[in-house]
Amino acid sequence: MNGPGPATETPQQADRAKTIYEKSVPGRRAAQLPEDGGGPALDELIPSKLLREEPPGLPEVSEPEIVRHYNRLSRRNYDLDTGLYPLGSCTMKYNPRLNERVAALPGHAGLHPASDDGEVQGALELMYLLEGALAEVCGLPHVSLQPSAGSQGELAGLLLTRAYHDDRGRSPGKVLTPDTAHGTNPASVAMAGYEAVKVATDPNGGVDLDDLKAKLDDDVACLMLTNPNTLGLFDENIAEIASLVHEVDGLLYYDGANLNAIMGLARPGDMGFDIVHVNLHKSFSQPHGGGGPGSGPIAVSEAVEPFLPVPRVVRSGSEQDPVFELDHDRPLSIGRLRGFQGNFGVFVRSYAYILSLGGDGLKEASTRAVLNANYLKRRLADGRAGKYLPIGFDRPCMHEFVLSGAPLKKELGLKTLDLAKRLLDHGFHPPTVYFPQLVDEAVMIEPVETESVETLDAFADAIEEILEEAERDPSIAADAPYTTPVRRLDEVRATREPVLRQPVGSSA
Amino acid sequence: MAGYTPLTDGDRQRMLELLGLGSEEELLETIPDGLRLDRPLAMDDGLPEAEVFERLAALAGANRPPDSEPSFLGAGMYDHYVPAIVDAITSRSEFLTPYTPYQPEVSQGGLQAMFEFQTAMSELTGLPVSNAGLYEGPSAAAAAAYLALGATGRSRVLVSRGLHPHAREVLRTHAAGFGCEVVEVGLEDGQTDRAALEEAIDGETAVVILQSPNFLGSIEDVEALSTRAREAGALVAVSVDPMTLGILKPPGECGADIAFGEGQPLGNRLDFGGPSFAFFCAKEEHLRRMPGRIAGETEDADGRRGFVLALQTREQHIRREKATSNICTSQALNALAATIHLSWLGRSGIVELGTLLARRTAAARERISALPGFESLHDAPVVREFAVRSIEVPVADLRAGGDPSGPRLRVYPLGRDYPEYEDSFLVALTEKRTPADVDWLVSSLEASAERAKGSEGGAGSRAIPEPAILRRAS
Repeated sequence: MNGPGPATETPQQADRAKTIYEKSVPGRRAAQLPEDGGGPALDELIPSKLLREEPPGLPEVSEPEIVRHYNRLSRRNYDLDTGLYPLGSCTMKYNPRLNERVAALPGHAGLHPASDDGEVQGALELMYLLEGALAEVCGLPHVSLQPSAGSQGELAGLLLTRAYHDDRGRSPGKVLTPDTAHGTNPASVAMAGYEAVKVATDPNGGVDLDDLKAKLDDDVACLMLTNPNTLGLFDENIAEIASLVHEVDGLLYYDGANLNAIMGLARPGDMGFDIVHVNLHKSFSQPHGGGGPGSGPIAVSEAVEPFLPVPRVVRSGSEQDPVFELDHDRPLSIGRLRGFQGNFGVFVRSYAYILSLGGDGLKEASTRAVLNANYLKRRLADGRAGKYLPIGFDRPCMHEFVLSGAPLKKELGLKTLDLAKRLLDHGFHPPTVYFPQLVDEAVMIEPVETESVETLDAFADAIEEILEEAERDPSIAADAPYTTPVRRLDEVRATREPVLRQPVGSSA
Repeated sequence: MAGYTPLTDGDRQRMLELLGLGSEEELLETIPDGLRLDRPLAMDDGLPEAEVFERLAALAGANRPPDSEPSFLGAGMYDHYVPAIVDAITSRSEFLTPYTPYQPEVSQGGLQAMFEFQTAMSELTGLPVSNAGLYEGPSAAAAAAYLALGATGRSRVLVSRGLHPHAREVLRTHAAGFGCEVVEVGLEDGQTDRAALEEAIDGETAVVILQSPNFLGSIEDVEALSTRAREAGALVAVSVDPMTLGILKPPGECGADIAFGEGQPLGNRLDFGGPSFAFFCAKEEHLRRMPGRIAGETEDADGRRGFVLALQTREQHIRREKATSNICTSQALNALAATIHLSWLGRSGIVELGTLLARRTAAARERISALPGFESLHDAPVVREFAVRSIEVPVADLRAGGDPSGPRLRVYPLGRDYPEYEDSFLVALTEKRTPADVDWLVSSLEASAERAKGSEGGAGSRAIPEPAILRRAS
């Protein structure tokens, strides 16, 4: 590991961040298109007032330059195939390459989404099978794969909630979310036209039952929870919480961000949840792609099923000779959330993952995710980590846990952010920081089941080393990182004086 | 099960010892009795990799092969040629496996790619501000409506019937949550009925949402359609096909406040409808209401150029219920594919491709509408897709090669979404559809019509040219 001191440029740093537009040279090109065989001038086909006068300012570069440019860019990224990515609440587990191979098969990748159902029986069957597997894991009978991401699954769940109450002639206006909830929860609540009301957390890290009771009334449409919650703790009162919410005719929504803790161990449906979203890009191994694509299927109870988005995949025909169709005729449905059938390419990967692990493997994955989290939590309870980064709520965690950097700040003047940046110099992606907001200077760690004990030990050792160094000289971490393609970046400036595109051509 | 978990029995023993536990079961006691699943999941056990591959290959094989005959399906997603470098670059671990770039010092590659993407989309649409991407085209219409409702404080969304039917459905789904009214304006000879649109605009109209080329393939005169909306203080949002923007006047020059659209034609495979991405561009004044991620340029502690996620104070993880959107995925990998494809096409390629599409489409339209039994549904100008009325034959009876027992022609039946066009279908072209493929389509249509008329000896003995796609395969 490089120490601090005079910044000697690494080869990566030497590749100044020139954009492809700055590498453009008039007259260069990569594409060779088919002969168009000539034909009339464009303005004979399309009225000239509808035509563009100047070509768009796309770059002019040759193919080798494009490949070199993006390969160089790729080297300026940290990635999961290279090292640990212990982002709490993000479930950065290994993305099997087999899944990429099967998703790319022409029989999947080349299918046009508007094909007749009869031409795409394999694709519809795959969707049907994946729905069945997710229903079993969630303990709820009906699944729609349509939502494009967890946040769209949330919005879908809230629109389902609205349709469910409308159908019963009710129009409650509030949705309860715990103060530990993911930020998408209240944002989705607002987009669904509800008022978001916060519920406090009790000293044990669970939902504060007194506060919940105080806020439960006829105006509550739904309670959104994740269990284990964002502190990584299983809420032991969940059965009571569910019955309290159901008593006022509210629904229970399960944010599936933390499903990786409980697959095959416990099921949201059995806990009393009515609607669940699942992040296929978390528990079911779809690669994150630097910010998408993902997929956020929803599983629901019988009572909510009539309102699911269209189209739905339905099966008919005989046991030996099934027929699959997309059913658009669902009178009570909330309608469509997006174009076509959903992120099918993600379905293929996640279904391959489920076949690879099987029911036994999913349970083993969750069990080991819990073991890894508890092991790392224990490792970090010793030494300097225990002193400067105490655990927020000290009881057995599930798949993740949250430390507080408050003592680090008080004793050594270092923020959680400084620790995170110094971890980069040790070759580790930092954990999630400053979330949940309930914990001061939060450090949220999710080590996932696909990491080895050696990796966890190395991570714990790196934290210890950083803290030891900080006791000697806190300014080192305060100015970190040193070894990355760029050093600490001025994020405030990017917002105050936004520069959001490269000036080119006429706009330069 | 798969070997994706490294812990050995020995490892677990050592870990449990440190925890002072005898078994993993003790860790799970935090789940109350009665909520612990007391049986295995009702699923098969895990399979070896080779068997998983076989299962998935069998499912893929249960679909009719995409290349069994030429496809003229479009309707928002198009079968373009994706250059090899797109797959080569997007399959690199460094782009495939990172999370959203929350730690910019080790995410410069992804962030700079977003910045380049934003530049490309801004150039294509003629609008100064682009985000880094949204889920896909139709749901971006809802994002446009949400922005406009917030910006104007009004409650009505006017939408052309030429907007993709899925986008119109998505708007209606979201309207229940947004608390807005969605009013549809009809079409006249394939284009938005301007008089009806102007009639419908009132003081509560937040936004007019158009599409050009619209779902019937017609290029709309966005400039003319925007005038009245602008006077009334409503925003104008236009859904556009990025592959046509090398030749069509960009929405930013036609008075649009927002341009969005389905990004799949740029570097993304069909994938039975997803994942793809949407682009979303706007005038500067809407910057702080934009949905989704946005990359911005800045400097590091040593004064070096770098990129970060900008304007995060709009976003859900900071603003929570006051966020401009709940969307926190930018479909980064799909947007990267588009960025590479656009660099490959370049300044001249995007124009050449648009020109090729317009010429081939005009030629195909002319030939098909001249066939007995077929006519153009409308006369509006088109670029890459057009609507045809089948006068004699129900659309469902149009068959590959004209053979009544053969598969249905891969054209889009408009009756799925437009009862008024039950007798019509869409034909879409890409650069992959050769003139020989069009010959095959023309012959198939001709033969289907002749058979339907029961003409003796005509279609039966007729020699249907083989599509190029099959000649290549054999």
